[in-house]
Amino acid sequence: MKQFKTAALLLVACAVAMFATFAPSTSQAAPVNKTIILATTTSTQDSGLLDVLLPVFEKQTGYFVKTISVGSGQAMKMGEKGEADVLLVHSPDAEKKFVEEGYGVNRMLVMHNDFVIVGPPSDPAKIKGAKSVKEAFGKIASADALFLSRADNSGTHSKEKKIWKAAGINPAGQKWYQETGLGMGATLNVAAEKNGYTLTDRGTYLALKKNLGLNIIVEGDALLLNVYHVIEVNPAKWTKVNNAGAKAFAKFMVSKKAQGIIKTYGTEKFGSPLFFPDAGKKPESLGL
Amino acid sequence: MNLILEGLIKAFQLIVALDPEVLGITWLSLKVSGLATLISVVIGISCGMIVALTRFPGKKLLVSIVNTGMGLPPVVVGLFVTVFIWRNGPLGFLDILYTPTAIIIAQAVIATPIVMGISIAALQNLPAKMRLQILSLGATRLQMVWILLREARLPLMAAVMAGFGGVISEVGASIMVGGNIKGYSRVLTTATVMETGKGNFDVAFALSIILLFLVFLVNYLFTIIQQRERPR
Repeated sequence: MKQFKTAALLLVACAVAMFATFAPSTSQAAPVNKTIILATTTSTQDSGLLDVLLPVFEKQTGYFVKTISVGSGQAMKMGEKGEADVLLVHSPDAEKKFVEEGYGVNRMLVMHNDFVIVGPPSDPAKIKGAKSVKEAFGKIASADALFLSRADNSGTHSKEKKIWKAAGINPAGQKWYQETGLGMGATLNVAAEKNGYTLTDRGTYLALKKNLGLNIIVEGDALLLNVYHVIEVNPAKWTKVNNAGAKAFAKFMVSKKAQGIIKTYGTEKFGSPLFFPDAGKKPESLGL
Repeated sequence: MNLILEGLIKAFQLIVALDPEVLGITWLSLKVSGLATLISVVIGISCGMIVALTRFPGKKLLVSIVNTGMGLPPVVVGLFVTVFIWRNGPLGFLDILYTPTAIIIAQAVIATPIVMGISIAALQNLPAKMRLQILSLGATRLQMVWILLREARLPLMAAVMAGFGGVISEVGASIMVGGNIKGYSRVLTTATVMETGKGNFDVAFALSIILLFLVFLVNYLFTIIQQRERPR
């Protein structure tokens, strides 16, 4: 009886101790408006860029950023519902619609990199040297070569659908076209494992390259440009949105300091930068 | 093979070097799942006791529902909890989405049916005449409950272990309601998923090993408590 009681007592003591350690961490984030929910794409997290940028921003401003990394499509859905304060996304067509419909305000160009088609070095569909990305997609389709699609309404997926459409092919339901429904990193791993082709942003590919065994097969087409914008969720639609925080974050992303970090991020580790800063540039100068 | 070896080495390095981030993640996992288990034990065992010791119409239906709940998929719980605690959801005013508190709630929801289901079975397994005997010896109701709990402590501790095992290993709900935020709501399972996605298999493997070791340690502790008094 006594031992059972001590055991119970011990359990309660543990619980109290645990709650006690929680208290400081919650009180730290207690001023409600000091928390920002950033909905972003998997590529900004999987490439490691946010791990470098956010600590600088948090230190500078005292905000605490809750990064929810999902596809661009889901990020914008969160914005539509007022469940995020600010977005960092790369799906220009959907973004324009998002802003036009009044869900977002102050859309600003942050950076770009590009998409590339990666695949097994053996290149079974012989797409290397293809003149355009449309031609490459056409060859993949006619060779019935395995292609892995994100299929998650992310920016990458939107871009992929756009290219299929431009190439005049409807891949849905084809045997060689498989949908992972996963993030970029995970999809690259699936492609590597199955020796398939996939469309990826260069940043995530470079960050994961060492374990993949996939090569860049097609690159450089103007259609493959990958542009990131920061968008504040419209506070007029949702009163609970932390617009001051969103503004601070957006301002930081286009600031000299952040743009400098973006410019050099990855050079040391991967030999080339993963993103190119574009703050203040006109979208037309990128060919948009 | 290479990967397994690399993972083991990495796990060893991370533990020996007391990597602050990994330590933080491990501690948070333990804290969150420990508290969730505690909540589920309080609710599960007390409700289980009431259900086991009383007779009422629809009892079989209720017990089947609880038993179904033992297999409640974490993602389903995650989705429901998310919808409820959205900023603009019915409990949005609590402002707890993407916090460790949200993970605790979701995990408590997952663990409670597990603890309750096993508790009901454990308490119903006690001889029915025992209650009468205890009461006839002059015990109060509270004393009777205490004695019954003690009698059933072996399966009840198993219930606690099953509940804890269910939530510490769960990833679907944690990632949905917690958001896997670095240094804040990132737990071992969500970190493993993320590192796997990033292609850092060695780190993912290391985190898995730490998780397994943690589960073993906790269960070892529970088992010691469970087996301390030899069953008569």
